[in-house]
Amino acid sequence: MALDPETLSQLLDTVRRFVDNRLRPLEAKVAEDDAIPAEVVQDMRDMGLFGMSIPEAYGGLGLAMSEEVQIAFLLGRTSPAFRSLMGTNNGIGSQGIVIDGTDEQKSHYLPRLASGELIGSFCLTEPGSGSDAGSLRTSARRNGDDFLINGTKRYITNAPEAGVFTVFARTNPDSRDASGVSAFVVDANLPGISLGPNDHKMGQKGAHTCDVIFDNVRVPVSAIIGGEARLHQGFKTAMKVLDRGRLHIGSVCVGVAERLIEDSLRYSLEREQFGKPIGEFQLIQAMLADSKAEAYAARCMVEETARRKDQGIDVSTEAACCKMYASEMVGRVADRAVQIHGGAGYIADYGIERFYRDVRLFRIYEGTTQIQQLVIARNMLKDARTW
Amino acid sequence: MKVLVAVKRVVDYNVKVRVKSDKSGVELANVKMSMNPFDEIAVEEAVRLKEAGKVSEIVVVSMGVAGCQETIRTALAMGGDRGVLVQTDADLQPLAVAKCLKALVDKESPDLVIVGKQAIDDDSNQTGQMLAALLGWPQGTFASKVELGDGVVNVTREIDGGLETVALKGKAVVTTDLRLNTPRYASLPNIMKAKKKPIETVSPADLGVDPAPRLKTLSVEEPAVRQAGVKVGSVAELVEKLKNEAKVI
Repeated sequence: MALDPETLSQLLDTVRRFVDNRLRPLEAKVAEDDAIPAEVVQDMRDMGLFGMSIPEAYGGLGLAMSEEVQIAFLLGRTSPAFRSLMGTNNGIGSQGIVIDGTDEQKSHYLPRLASGELIGSFCLTEPGSGSDAGSLRTSARRNGDDFLINGTKRYITNAPEAGVFTVFARTNPDSRDASGVSAFVVDANLPGISLGPNDHKMGQKGAHTCDVIFDNVRVPVSAIIGGEARLHQGFKTAMKVLDRGRLHIGSVCVGVAERLIEDSLRYSLEREQFGKPIGEFQLIQAMLADSKAEAYAARCMVEETARRKDQGIDVSTEAACCKMYASEMVGRVADRAVQIHGGAGYIADYGIERFYRDVRLFRIYEGTTQIQQLVIARNMLKDARTW
Repeated sequence: MKVLVAVKRVVDYNVKVRVKSDKSGVELANVKMSMNPFDEIAVEEAVRLKEAGKVSEIVVVSMGVAGCQETIRTALAMGGDRGVLVQTDADLQPLAVAKCLKALVDKESPDLVIVGKQAIDDDSNQTGQMLAALLGWPQGTFASKVELGDGVVNVTREIDGGLETVALKGKAVVTTDLRLNTPRYASLPNIMKAKKKPIETVSPADLGVDPAPRLKTLSVEEPAVRQAGVKVGSVAELVEKLKNEAKVI
């Protein structure tokens, strides 16, 4: 749904105020406690932040991509841990059901995902399988009218909080590629599901990942996303989910970069060396200018790609470009932010080193930079062959 | 019970206000505007009373240029039921606002009117009091607590000496102070739903009010730049400077 400019600006104003006044003061505490306070999670639910991409008919906001990226820019202005908690419900944790789910699956899960009552998690990565779908080992064996799921999933974002998993499992044991894999929607409380301990991560403390172990977990055929008709079609579902996710991650990267540039500017005006603010030195100015230009380029890429996606244009190449460029960009911007802050950038009090660690993940999850390069180049070559 | 809440569109509290070059007022072009924070507290209080089942309808009123609709929408997103915009380009002063509000109270017959104690742009702190006088209603200003009893509104007021509680009988005007409540963030779904709530637009003339200003602004100036202080070496020097330079003792 396309919002009128007035309503959109009210949405954005509200999110900005919420981020600036409610979330930002808690950044250090969330990192220290490795937890988001329960009342803040409730505030995030009350705000409607879990249902941005879920259709209005199911209790979400049904935002167009170009609207969602504007909100994601703002969410990027604080610790990525906050965004991570709502990220799966808006992206990979719900979109499989939104795009390919049956009506029953939609009405059963989406309203609770939209309200944030239920957290959705996406179980694709395995100990022996990440970007390489062909080596996916988790199996779903047919047993009468049911399937029995066995296998281990790794680094699963929000798994400790999740109420429902989207699980990718091999339903055709003879297949050696993505074609024999199905996507299941699996309630987290089913017998046979257990969780590993929380992973100790480099950054994004407060956002949790862990192993999810499936031991003879019995699910009905109707748990296949889209029903039996979509047996063995799981990877097609995954691919459809990814464009939206890549654009979302790209916009969060832009938001974090803009935040770090603001922090760097403030410090450049405040910190004096040799009798004047360091911002008056050209070598500092060069870093500020490079960061600004790159963040602006990424913002333009994301906005343009989101606009095209809303027009129904296939943006899989462009979405991969956005994810790759924005995540690499924010890595450089964070590095310069540490440099501009000097010693203050390296100690924890200013929070700059925390962002430096937090943003490292953006280049890795939802498709590494190298996978994005493959996607982009393969699409380019495929198109070129039809010239 | 029906409540009427008045909200004013003002320059956002985060904006650094600048004086126009002709000194006729402050710069409003391309400046972020939002709801007066005291009025947000008024809206929040009305919404809480409604959530507590004590209020059945909240009517939100704003006055001024067409853009005030946005301010009304914000209040509707927080929980107001419908809006009334008194649209005018006139330079509205407290008496004109109070007269328009009186006309609307006569028309809507609310049981309670809640307004912010003052607006952060001109800080007049007059509208609520003028309205109570025009209506002949009791008033509870600078409220830090509002309790609805049976035919009575108990208002705890922040006064210089501490807290004072007044019991207002019948219909009343309440003006809100900072510590009454913490306004909520409107939820995103409610912002979208607020779009569908009705806003009626009327003019001061429709209400039989002449909004012409009674006061004339001659000139608006930036505050004087504060001079740097000096360090004194001794108490004697301080006393000498206070006496002969500052001439305060």
